[in-house]
Amino acid sequence: MSTVILLTLTGLGLAALYFLIASGLSLVFGLAGVLNFAHGLFLSVGAYATWWAEPHWGLAVAVPVGIAAGAATGALVEVVLIRPLYKRPTEQVLVTVGLSLAGVALLQSVWGADPRTFPRPAWASEVTTIGSAQVPDDRFLLIGTAVVVLLALLTFLHRTRYGLIIRAGVENRDMVSALGIDVRRAFTLVFTIGGALAGTAGVLGGMYFGSVSPGQGASLLIFAFIVVVIGGLGSVTGSAVAAVVVGLLQQFVNYYGAAGAGDVSVVALLALVLLLRPSGLARTAVTA
Amino acid sequence: MILRVRDLSVRLGGSHILQGVTFDVPPSGVTALLGRNGVGKTTTLRAVLGEVPATGSVEFGGDPVLGRPTHKLVRSGLGYVPEDRCVFGGLTVAENLRLAVRGADPDYDTVHELFPELRARAGQRAGTLSGGQQQMVAIARVLLNRNRLLLVDEPTKGLAPAVVSAVAAVLSRVAEQVPILLVEQNLAVVRRLAAGAVVLEAGQVAWTGAASDLLGDAGRTRTLLGVGRA
Repeated sequence: MSTVILLTLTGLGLAALYFLIASGLSLVFGLAGVLNFAHGLFLSVGAYATWWAEPHWGLAVAVPVGIAAGAATGALVEVVLIRPLYKRPTEQVLVTVGLSLAGVALLQSVWGADPRTFPRPAWASEVTTIGSAQVPDDRFLLIGTAVVVLLALLTFLHRTRYGLIIRAGVENRDMVSALGIDVRRAFTLVFTIGGALAGTAGVLGGMYFGSVSPGQGASLLIFAFIVVVIGGLGSVTGSAVAAVVVGLLQQFVNYYGAAGAGDVSVVALLALVLLLRPSGLARTAVTA
Repeated sequence: MILRVRDLSVRLGGSHILQGVTFDVPPSGVTALLGRNGVGKTTTLRAVLGEVPATGSVEFGGDPVLGRPTHKLVRSGLGYVPEDRCVFGGLTVAENLRLAVRGADPDYDTVHELFPELRARAGQRAGTLSGGQQQMVAIARVLLNRNRLLLVDEPTKGLAPAVVSAVAAVLSRVAEQVPILLVEQNLAVVRRLAAGAVVLEAGQVAWTGAASDLLGDAGRTRTLLGVGRA
């Protein structure tokens, strides 16, 4: 029983990371139609910014710095690189892939390829006993943050005018423009939000894995893409549900099956969803 | 003239869809933009609106507008009711309307007077409405704001006859306040609403004049529109 509890909470912790990356990725693709392979770079920038800032200003300041760095990177990439290419999807993909590779290379050249020990609050290194299971407290940090982010995102999407514009734009951005709304501002906003969420994932990922490395964002991005497709493009709730399914499946199969079987099972799940429900769990692209 | 279109050309995907379209829309009443399927009526509206790249010239209220971003053109008073309604199915009726509000003083009174049903269905997702109800939402969106011209694309398409009549009645009332450029296949509706008509054929203007002159001439109607007298 203790193994099941531990695997469940570890799977949910991983799911929290996937959700934080996938929700931004999903909104960006759903609204702006951009397949952003540089999204993992936003995560890495957030993680490295926190890692760099912590010795100078302490963790309480370093965490917001990391999130802000992710958000700023997202906004900058949209304004400088993506905006001129909205009508050229092939070039868009090439630019985001190139940026992702260049970003990893840049991080490597500055801080090296080896993982760097990542700071975490002292309490996150302790364990909590649930039943007979000893659960590391960082799992609760990840899960709690993801729940807060999910609620905040849904509140933003349903209670604000920009949220309304984003939800409508995911369905039909041309029609949003035809109502007199500058939908490109919303594009910048979702890139900024996506960058902030990825930056948050970078910070939490660093705490979860205990280290940060240049390729961390790219490796997590693969599973985030799978979560986006399973959850349904443009759906925040769909991303949350899919992240939980993927995180739990991966953990349980990795533990009870052969090494690496968890990753294979996630890809198998993706294939199954594409066959049976190609538009994902949310079916229609709504940001509910 | 509220809208002057001169030598408007559009190429899309290798096809020369509009080939020098020229016509005017007067500052009052309904002007019908007619033609067989695929002659470029919807493309003309979308080109005026800036949704597709075009060459030539378009003046709206005396200002050249070709190449201006769609949202700026709409904010200058050009309302658009698209073909197939294009309501946001995942949003409620109230959210669809709220999204369309441009100014500080939206005219909900007119909307609720013309479409009382929308008030009752405010919390319903627009995607679950009937075609006629969705058309009400699409028209209501432009009525919330002060416009100088409405582009209305096939508002009766796919609707039941009773609903067609209701939509035509609403457009007739709306046209008392604001001019309309109307794309419409239902010639009975055109006969009821339109004063002027522009007929497109193969991406060019084949005929312009009074709608009554066109529809009163069975031979011309058959030749230009491929149908008998309405």
